[in-house]
Amino acid sequence: MNQSMVKVFDIQKDDFISAGEASSSVKKILKQLGVSPEVIKRAVISMYEAEMNAVIHGGGGKGYAEFFKEHIEIIIEDNGPGIENIELAMQEGYSTAPGNIREMGFGAGMGLPNIKKHSDQLEIKSEVGKGTTLKITINF
Amino acid sequence: MKVCDIAKILNGNILFSNEKCESDFLTACGADLMSDVMAFARDNEILLTGLTNPQVVRTAEMMDIKAIVFVRGKVPPEVSLDLARELGVNIICTKLPMFVACGKLYEHGITGGVHEE
Repeated sequence: MNQSMVKVFDIQKDDFISAGEASSSVKKILKQLGVSPEVIKRAVISMYEAEMNAVIHGGGGKGYAEFFKEHIEIIIEDNGPGIENIELAMQEGYSTAPGNIREMGFGAGMGLPNIKKHSDQLEIKSEVGKGTTLKITINF
Repeated sequence: MKVCDIAKILNGNILFSNEKCESDFLTACGADLMSDVMAFARDNEILLTGLTNPQVVRTAEMMDIKAIVFVRGKVPPEVSLDLARELGVNIICTKLPMFVACGKLYEHGITGGVHEE
């Protein structure tokens, strides 16, 4: 594969039925590409957590998955309120999620730390009032 | 341990059984926090949970978990069951509370995940 392949996904605000479909599609593609199960798991955990963040906090947004020969780049961008203090948001247990999200088993302040833990590279760009973009790299 | 054995031990009902899934389950994880499941679950685990929304099934998909036990008499909504059928995830319901359900499986040789040596 000399040229990379890009997949684009719409992420809908507060849609807890179809949330995760983008990550599910990426999982299927990685399987077809013959990527090892351990790497697939790291990629989909990272993407799914980021996708849920965009659904929960970001008012929806876009997901991009670019498949290269030896790595995958996942970008999740939202037009949400942005993160005021990224350092704080990276701490396990820090959360701004409302109660109804916690009742669904998310929003306990594990999302960003989980992404950091499972990815090879994580870049967070966030501007208060404008939105947040995560760039996640997973090496094969 | 097969899906039918899990149901028998937990006095539960199988709501969906993936006939193609001949999985032999060796470990389990009991959690109501899906991020914890993603942080700690291993392959081929049973997930025991009291949450029934579709994202529980989606989390199982991400983690290659092929069996979910809904505890405390929780019955999943149709939308969760549809997703489980689509993804081939076995679904069992039991009236037992989480602690007892985990204990019974442990008693029958199912062990925990990552931190148990």
